[in-house]
Amino acid sequence: MLKISVEKIDELFKAIAEKQTLYIPTDREDGASEYKKYEDGMKLSGNLNTLRSAKDFFFPQTENLADFKMEGKKIEVIDIREEAEDFVVFGVRACDARSFTILDKVFLSDPVDSYYKNRRDHGTIVTMACTKPAETCFCQTFGIDPTEPEGDVACWSDGESIFFKANTEKGQAFVDSVSGLLEDGDTTKLDETKAKTKEIMGKLPLANLSTEAFGGDKLMEHFKSEKWAELSESCLGCGTCTFVCPTCQCYDIKDFNTGNGIKRFRCWDSCMYSDFTKMAHGNIRNSQLERFRQRFMHKLVYFPSNNNGEFGCVGCGRCMSKCPISMNIVKVMKALEVK
Amino acid sequence: MNAIDTLIPHIGVVTDIRQDTPDVKTFRVNAIQPDGTASGKVFEHMPGQCAMLSIPGVGEGMFSITSSPTNNEFMEFSIKKCGCLTSWLHAMEVGQQITIRGPYGNNFPVETELKGKDLLFIAGGIGLAPLRSVINYVRDNRENYGDVQIIYGSRSKDDLVDYQEIINEWEADPNIQVNLTIDREQEGWDGHVGFVPNYVKELNPSLSKTVLICGPPIMIKFTLAGLKELGFTETQVYTTMELRMKCAVGKCGRCNIGDKYVCKDGPVFRFDQLDELPDEY
Repeated sequence: MLKISVEKIDELFKAIAEKQTLYIPTDREDGASEYKKYEDGMKLSGNLNTLRSAKDFFFPQTENLADFKMEGKKIEVIDIREEAEDFVVFGVRACDARSFTILDKVFLSDPVDSYYKNRRDHGTIVTMACTKPAETCFCQTFGIDPTEPEGDVACWSDGESIFFKANTEKGQAFVDSVSGLLEDGDTTKLDETKAKTKEIMGKLPLANLSTEAFGGDKLMEHFKSEKWAELSESCLGCGTCTFVCPTCQCYDIKDFNTGNGIKRFRCWDSCMYSDFTKMAHGNIRNSQLERFRQRFMHKLVYFPSNNNGEFGCVGCGRCMSKCPISMNIVKVMKALEVK
Repeated sequence: MNAIDTLIPHIGVVTDIRQDTPDVKTFRVNAIQPDGTASGKVFEHMPGQCAMLSIPGVGEGMFSITSSPTNNEFMEFSIKKCGCLTSWLHAMEVGQQITIRGPYGNNFPVETELKGKDLLFIAGGIGLAPLRSVINYVRDNRENYGDVQIIYGSRSKDDLVDYQEIINEWEADPNIQVNLTIDREQEGWDGHVGFVPNYVKELNPSLSKTVLICGPPIMIKFTLAGLKELGFTETQVYTTMELRMKCAVGKCGRCNIGDKYVCKDGPVFRFDQLDELPDEY
């Protein structure tokens, strides 16, 4: 398999960044890691469990959809879309890589969302196999093998070398573009690393979490569960879970008057927010219980119902570590699976 | 990149505004032709489908297309003033341009399940707006349908939407039975007085009829209960729903109820289909 020595990773990043924008996970002062645009000298974080997911690069928190010029009674629509530039997101975890399968089902289904597709067409996702699964991880619950990540290019590190395998045409083009830096390598030690990771996976606290009790056929059963009241009682409706979630894709569309025309933009939104469904004549989800239930029902029941059983969660664990009141999808699953 | 995106709207121009009731106006909308003149429709639709209308800078909202697809001259929207966007729409003058995109959602199954059937339309207040498209479609294709009866009620005589069309065209049509009612006695009104659900029961419509119902949620609830008492089943009653929407194509998540999106799987549902959904509408 093609590989590069870990010492040479900076050379690789430089070579990529010369041709296109490169984003890599880097350490923050507070110990967390986050994606940053690569600049010379920047170091790859040893912690790939980034604060925010790679969703941001394809479905940004805010984006301009169209502009309008208003003059008297006349309106001019200005199509501001332009072809995105090529970019690479390096070091995406297997769970986050799977989130694109889910986001694709939403944004690339008819009618195709051209804003998202534009970035998907121009972005290359380079994944990195997990070697440090955290206590909050439960990707295996959703059938994800963190040692065999998806993505345009999959990478593995055995501590000494990073190995590359192209999964798509775009991924092959990427590997070809840096092939001068790569050499053939022996994967014996890599197999040991994978085995070690799998051993950790088996011992994780959430290793036995099951999706058996969920799916599209359990709609009314779970919707009517009396457990939602207790589960949602302490929810603040802050929306943190939604914003750090790699699969949450609800959005709002709003207009902004710049003083020199109107910008129509979309931004992330959350079904946990009280005004999400509020209309002039009322709100269909007046209580936090209803809004809380909507988010989890969507991931565990409604989404699988419409997508051949695929769940709207990848087990990345971000909501577990970030929720200010320590409520999360795992607690919901465990509560609901008990009859 | 895709040449078009459904989120980027077309421009329409308001060519006529009719004050139907104290809080409902009906707007006539035309497309702008390449030579700059206003004529024709911005796009084709089926009865029950909706469009996203917007005044940039104010907001965008989903409205049912009130005119029938058989009308080739223009599109119409009956809109009740009840919030921010609708207040702005009500303040428009003829000649104002708006943005419009669509058509969105499914439609009343006028060419399939409803074909050849006896039809009973039940509407309350602004609930007539989406049904008017179907009623006029049925009138223009009268040979394809059996008996047609319209039961329509509102708070007062002044709150009946499209009143002139109702008395000039629908009541004058010998092939249609029209039953109007208002909630309370009113000077100058010699028609029926009483709430729609009770009036439906009094009229005791034939069980052969397929029912299309739209109005305030409370009216729908009691009318449906009344219809069931009369022997109607949920499989013969259709309604159309209204929820907050942003994208109109099942992606923004806003109108999601159960595994359905009202914008694309609805807005038209049969009551037996609604039974399978959480009661969140």
